[in-house]
Amino acid sequence: MAAAFKTVEPLEYYRRFLKENCRPDGRELGEFRTTTVNIGSITTADGSALVKLGNTTVICGVKAELAAPAVDSANKGYIVPNVELPSLCAERFRSGPPGEEAQAASQFIADVIENSQMIVKEDLCIANGKLAWVLYCDIICLDYDGNLLDASVFALLAALKNVQLPLVTINEETGLSEVNLKQKNPLTIRKHPVATSFAIFDE
Amino acid sequence: MAVELEGGQCRLRPFSCELGLLSRPDGSATFLQGDTSVLAGLYGPAEAKISKELPDRAALEVLLRPKVGLPGVLERSREQLLRQTCEAVVLGVLHPRTAISLVLQVLSDAGSLLSCCLNAACMALLDAGLPLAALFCGVTCALQPDGTILLDPTARQEQEARAILTFAISSSERKVLMSTTKGSCSVEEMQQCLAAAQRAATTIFQFYRDSVRRRYSKS
Repeated sequence: MAAAFKTVEPLEYYRRFLKENCRPDGRELGEFRTTTVNIGSITTADGSALVKLGNTTVICGVKAELAAPAVDSANKGYIVPNVELPSLCAERFRSGPPGEEAQAASQFIADVIENSQMIVKEDLCIANGKLAWVLYCDIICLDYDGNLLDASVFALLAALKNVQLPLVTINEETGLSEVNLKQKNPLTIRKHPVATSFAIFDE
Repeated sequence: MAVELEGGQCRLRPFSCELGLLSRPDGSATFLQGDTSVLAGLYGPAEAKISKELPDRAALEVLLRPKVGLPGVLERSREQLLRQTCEAVVLGVLHPRTAISLVLQVLSDAGSLLSCCLNAACMALLDAGLPLAALFCGVTCALQPDGTILLDPTARQEQEARAILTFAISSSERKVLMSTTKGSCSVEEMQQCLAAAQRAATTIFQFYRDSVRRRYSKS
């Protein structure tokens, strides 16, 4: 009966709850859903985190690779975030090239990293002009139940804090890089941004 | 036409606008802010593909083409911002199951590109005669390292700024339709920039009126 009313008059359905200052799932207006985070579950990644905000499930995996820095910024490494919304997470996403929402979310995450300066690209440089780290941050939504951006930022931060980078030195004689897998250091995370989304229900 | 706000501190670059210059789209406009210029073309309301049509309103689509290269993730993000701003003002419920396509081509970028896109989009919507609940305009503010606010920054001013804030301001009660920030600023600074943008919006809306009046007084 309530489900039928929700389909026919969705706005009126929400207004009935908002009058009592709560929402259909019983939450107060300022209350978050049950949040859980699972760190380091993907052993093949250098850092990973799985975040659940209610039913919304987002997993972030960070892989670190080596590359030569760009010519115009020889002392900077790279951070490449990518948000994927596969057709698994919600029926409105079809398989194929990334849609607008996925690309806009990827740009949003890139902006958050850049604006907050949570990772300074200069910290990722190993040898000026020769070698730097590239951090590929893949954020994949497994279950889309709203509030994707908050969950993605949280997953990204948790995964980056979990990253352990091996020590890389450049052998002066041969000029080749030597990776010491026994000695690992965490990333320097300077700022910890937290995302919060709001909706305004206009009366 | 150079516009200057009260106080003389927050100055906008000379604006220029031409409406109805393209023959194929239902509405078209080119908007110039100093050396930044964007050409907008609007098709609609037209028949929508069945996969894209919405049962109760028009489906709005925005395409932003950069000056050089193929559209990338940044263009997609800006398309989403422009689409959400337009959806807030276009009365889509009057044209259900139709498609409205807005195509923007960047002709030159000398700073404040997103606000120029917003202005061109609104002028194209006006030129096409689509039903709108309100008009909107785009204003970019640059927050300099010493805290001064510059409106409509040039490319050089944007590079030197600590933060760049772009707002889409509605003509009804100067409400904020869209806000996007690059860099970091405090909440107080953001509110000061917003207040400056809302003051500048009045001048821009007057410019819209003058442009439309000029266009229709000829014919």
